[in-house]
Amino acid sequence: MSLLIYAESENGKLKKMAYEVASYASSIASNMNAEVTAVTINAEDVESLGQYGVGKVLNVKNESLKAFNEESYVDVISKAANEVNAEIIVLSQSANAKYLAPALSVELEAGYASNVVALPETENGFQVKRNVFTNKAFGMADITTDKKIIGLSNNAFGLHENSKTPEVVDFSPEIKGSGIEVKSVDKNTDKVSIADAEVVVSAGRGLKGPENWGMIEELADVLGAATACSKPVSDMGWRPHGEHVGQTGKPVASNLYIAIGISGAIQHLAGINASKTKVVINTDEEAPFFKAADYGIVGDAFEVVPQLIEKLKEFKAANA
Amino acid sequence: MKILVCISHVPDTTSKINFTDNDTAFDKNGVQFVINPNDEFGLTRAMWFKEKQGASVDIVTVGEKDVEPTMRKCLAIGAEKAIRVDAKPVDAFQVAKEIADVAKNGEYDLIIAGRESIDYNGGMVPGMLARLIGAHFINTCVSLEIEGDAATAVREIDGGKETLSCKLPLVIGGQKGLVEEKDLRIPNMRGIMMARKKPLDVKQPVTEVTKVEFKSFSKPAPKGDVKLVDAENIDELINLLHNEAKAI
Ligand SMILES: Cc1cc2nc3c(=O)[nH]c(=O)nc-3n(C[C@H](O)[C@H](O)[C@H](O)COP(=O)(O)OP(=O)(O)OC[C@H]3O[C@@H](n4cnc5c(N)ncnc54)[C@H](O)[C@@H]3O)c2cc1C
Repeated sequence: MSLLIYAESENGKLKKMAYEVASYASSIASNMNAEVTAVTINAEDVESLGQYGVGKVLNVKNESLKAFNEESYVDVISKAANEVNAEIIVLSQSANAKYLAPALSVELEAGYASNVVALPETENGFQVKRNVFTNKAFGMADITTDKKIIGLSNNAFGLHENSKTPEVVDFSPEIKGSGIEVKSVDKNTDKVSIADAEVVVSAGRGLKGPENWGMIEELADVLGAATACSKPVSDMGWRPHGEHVGQTGKPVASNLYIAIGISGAIQHLAGINASKTKVVINTDEEAPFFKAADYGIVGDAFEVVPQLIEKLKEFKAANA
Repeated sequence: MKILVCISHVPDTTSKINFTDNDTAFDKNGVQFVINPNDEFGLTRAMWFKEKQGASVDIVTVGEKDVEPTMRKCLAIGAEKAIRVDAKPVDAFQVAKEIADVAKNGEYDLIIAGRESIDYNGGMVPGMLARLIGAHFINTCVSLEIEGDAATAVREIDGGKETLSCKLPLVIGGQKGLVEEKDLRIPNMRGIMMARKKPLDVKQPVTEVTKVEFKSFSKPAPKGDVKLVDAENIDELINLLHNEAKAI
């Protein structure tokens, strides 16, 4: 039995999700007496995957793969899967992984379950628990093919150490050219993305106007957080669409989600519900968000947030 | 240019989610169904190509007869022809296979699907479809321009955007941004009247192969009550976040 993970990196640095996917796969492997191989693309420090149970790394170094490209990445990952005869392939649910996995499943003739939140149950087929109806329910999905692809929801499994010293081998399959050309990438590199963030600071229509986002950005800065917003805020052009979270925007599964001046409409809550701890700051104690939150402050954002920033700075200084 | 828009028929976003048949099936009782929001942005973009560039626009849905009102709504918005593949959708691969057959027969240049449907959130059909028909694929697409047989698209990535170009045929997984919320169209009376006369073809399915099957459903455990902290006592919030939630 052999498992393959796609361990994602950015500018050479392995992502936290890569270690989480490694932790998940090695948990499956230890129950099945199997080995976990990771395929990495232009990543550094790939030995670190051993800490989370990876026994072997197929290390791909190739200038032509510098920019992410669905067609050539699918090519590399499917060749890696064939190289180690992988029966189970695990990816994260980053934007890139979600982009790749469907094509990979066709290429490998594998069944694919996305948004998976728990280890497979194998007493009765191969069932994985996954989110459905945007976090409003779970479904047990039975993957019936010999080869299986699992898309592990970010932050659903966590990191579990299982130290190994991996064998690292260079892997340089022949890569087909891609018909998709990446013209430009526009990415704010000094800010953490919503998908990668441990903490997300989100604000809504209660902030009254785009000119009031300074304190939201400052709060996010203090916490090392990503900023997000409710849908109307992006529809009115107060904030970019990339910040819209919820059922029709980006999903959030951070450790901490702070909602400021957001009422907590069902579509908003669905998309952020996978976050572990939720805090709401709202003037209206009847706002539905209070039913979904762990901690709440009934109060005016324009008074509470500046105080919170100050107190957090003090806390950070004392705990540095 | 021939465009095919893939339409998924999904419960309205405010629906109560319940299950029947011993928690093995979604309970449609009292639920209102709508065009999947991601698909609606794509359909509206397709209307733009129709009006500005003379494209033809067909729609396809894999589903049983109960999906037809949603399909008629798309015709009322301006699609010319609807194709319903008469099969109960079980998994993404089966749906992608069915649409691939429609796509091949219709020789479409551009296929617009949604990034995911908001019911089962698979996010798989567009990517599988593209592979099955040998077309290029661009996911989480927030902007699309077509010039002749060349496409330029913007894709949302984690933390930013990326501009891509490729030749047709192309499949996209679209979302808000393809058009803005305010551009979405509500069918008017004339559109609704015309939609009644437009063709809604029913096609027999070509495959029975499925790879993933839902066996049962459950709902998350109810949440405990919120802990309220006084607005004058921010230290207490920080204390709770640090010591109790271990979130900072
Ligand atoms: C098909 C569909 C899909 C949707 N998808 C999404 C989605 O993905 N994401 C999403 O967010 N929404 C979505 N919505 C919209 C959703 O229904 C709500 O309209 C939206 O979430 C409300 O945004 P809001 O909370 O910012 O604004 P409001 O509902 O207007 O709430 C503003 C809140 O701010 C509070 N407030 C006012 N002043 C202050 C102050 N000084 N300090 C503190 N609090 C204050 C108010 O008490 C109020 O609770 C969708 C709707 C539909 C129909």
